[in-house]
Amino acid sequence: MNLLGTMIPIALVNATPIVIAALGGLFSERSGVVNIALEGIMMVGAFSAASVTVLLEPAASAGYLGMLVGVLAGVAFSALHAVASIHLRADQVVSGTALNILAGGLTVYLCQIFFGQQRSDAFATGLSKISIPALARLPVIGGVLFRDVYPTTFAALALVLATWFAVYRTPLGLRLRACGEHPQAAASVGIDVLRMRYLGVLLSGALAGLAGAAMVLTQDIQYTIGSVHGTGFIALACLIFGKWNPFGALGAGLFFGLSQATSIYAKDIPFLHAVPQDFFYMLPYALTVIALLAFSGKSVGPRAAGEPYDAGRR
Amino acid sequence: MPRRRAALVPLLAILLGFALGALVVAATGRSPADMFAALLQGLSGVSLAARSFNPRYPGEFLVQAMPIMLTGLSVGFAFRTGLFNIGAEGQLMVGSLAAIAAGLWVPAPSLVHVVLVLLAAMAAGGLWGAVPGWLKARFNVHEVVVSIMLNYVALHLNNWAVVDLFHSLDHVKTPVIPASALLRSPTLSALTNGSRLNWGFVPVALSLLVYWFLIERTTFGFGLRAVGLNKECARYAGMKVNRSIVASMTISGAFAGLAGAVITVGIFGFGRAIPAAEGYGFDGIAVALVGGNTAVGVFLSGLLFGLLKAAQPLMQSQGIPKEIASIIQASIVLFVAMRLGIEHLLQRLRSGTGPAATGEAEP
Repeated sequence: MNLLGTMIPIALVNATPIVIAALGGLFSERSGVVNIALEGIMMVGAFSAASVTVLLEPAASAGYLGMLVGVLAGVAFSALHAVASIHLRADQVVSGTALNILAGGLTVYLCQIFFGQQRSDAFATGLSKISIPALARLPVIGGVLFRDVYPTTFAALALVLATWFAVYRTPLGLRLRACGEHPQAAASVGIDVLRMRYLGVLLSGALAGLAGAAMVLTQDIQYTIGSVHGTGFIALACLIFGKWNPFGALGAGLFFGLSQATSIYAKDIPFLHAVPQDFFYMLPYALTVIALLAFSGKSVGPRAAGEPYDAGRR
Repeated sequence: MPRRRAALVPLLAILLGFALGALVVAATGRSPADMFAALLQGLSGVSLAARSFNPRYPGEFLVQAMPIMLTGLSVGFAFRTGLFNIGAEGQLMVGSLAAIAAGLWVPAPSLVHVVLVLLAAMAAGGLWGAVPGWLKARFNVHEVVVSIMLNYVALHLNNWAVVDLFHSLDHVKTPVIPASALLRSPTLSALTNGSRLNWGFVPVALSLLVYWFLIERTTFGFGLRAVGLNKECARYAGMKVNRSIVASMTISGAFAGLAGAVITVGIFGFGRAIPAAEGYGFDGIAVALVGGNTAVGVFLSGLLFGLLKAAQPLMQSQGIPKEIASIIQASIVLFVAMRLGIEHLLQRLRSGTGPAATGEAEP
């Protein structure tokens, strides 16, 4: 129980950027554009947030301004993917791959220019943890869920609700989904498919940028090439694991966060300590493949995701 | 599309990529001339600044080009048959593990041992590639997502195996593989002033030939390509589509597995635990795309991207951050992906201003 008490906060910290980035992927894929550049956008967001935070500290708002810049940088970077894959009908996986390579190169290049080394300078605090006094006194869960938690975790939960509302309860969300299912049908009722897809990709850039910023400011002391270490791809897995649904993505993100926390504490758990740590690292990825198999045959993803929009097709 | 025009877009993309790279270098207060001088030195060994010649640089340039030609063939083979193999990285790591196992555990005489090691790597890479292929054929699961996941599984499998299975003493490297299993060549190394150049170019050259022959000259290759072009049509013509998908991914994986062996028994001589993927798979995507998925194209673009990698330390020593190579590489890939935009631009240049008379280009 004591162990669980230490593991859950870590699981929440790990799950936060995964969930936020998965929501980003959701907007993009629901609009019909596959976005495997989540990883690269997160790197750009993380780099921008870390750099701005280093620059502005010790101001109290440094971390928050850093996150804001991370979001903006994510939007700008995702615009490349949007132009290539929506306007110029590039293969969306190729364009995403290019962005992932570009992000690794560009961020470390700029680190060398700004900081004279392969990584950013270290920031002092990044983001501070907060407590919600009224709820922190709740028995059992209060201490774990409401005391010393990063604000980004609450932001992730709020974003899950907001995404669900936007996608399933607003006309805009309906139009967005229509563009991902059958863009020609959407166009026939007057929806501007290209504009909706731009919206989807840019929103995914904003969220992935935020995810990267949250990740570096809560789990790292500086930006390095390894700061994001595959989290964008895990987020993509969560999106699929959660069947392209915000609550599904939340559940999958929490599960993946917990499995990462388990890998850290496995040596302290009696019946798990003999299992090499590497196998816990593998677990989320292996499980994603299994989940894909479980859903195979049922069309759960947006049907037109991955296809450039061709107005002439029926 | 005529062949000349097919090569035009990648060439223009390369030019634009280097132009953008030079722009980034200039914008950040470094000298683009230094960048091109470093590239020239990496290619030829001639240093303009020091007025010297060192054959070690061209040697290292070939060393860098060899594995990415193989991952390029891997990705290219999948592209030609309608599949996207983003998993070359994982197939490469599993191939490397099989090479280590065959090198350390199987005693064999000199030449036999090397061949055994290379075949083991191809078999392991092929099996690892067959998994997403089979899952796609049998369950219609997208190969891209499965391959990405398997890359991470392979990474952690590699790190576990290097430390626990092969009993690493320092938690980073396996014991040294016996010389009979290595592609090392003291002669080639001495010829290039101590570079790591090795016999790896032999399996690479053979692979290029096999790729060309298989895909352009055999009925089998024609069948695989037909499935890639139009699945339903191929099925109607009586081709076994599912079997073809698995075969394509297996062959694709075998090329990547071989790359793992060329790195491990060619460059290093021992297995390594690595903190993150080294990017050979992504390099392969760039090589295949720019090379138009043909053997000749992969050879040429493998040389190009190998040169970029080899020039990295030289650029760094000139004060240009070595990551400029990734920026140029990514830009080239992005420009190739933006084919439609480039073609529009070309048409506009040809016909003056205004939209081209020939209408929309094919996507």
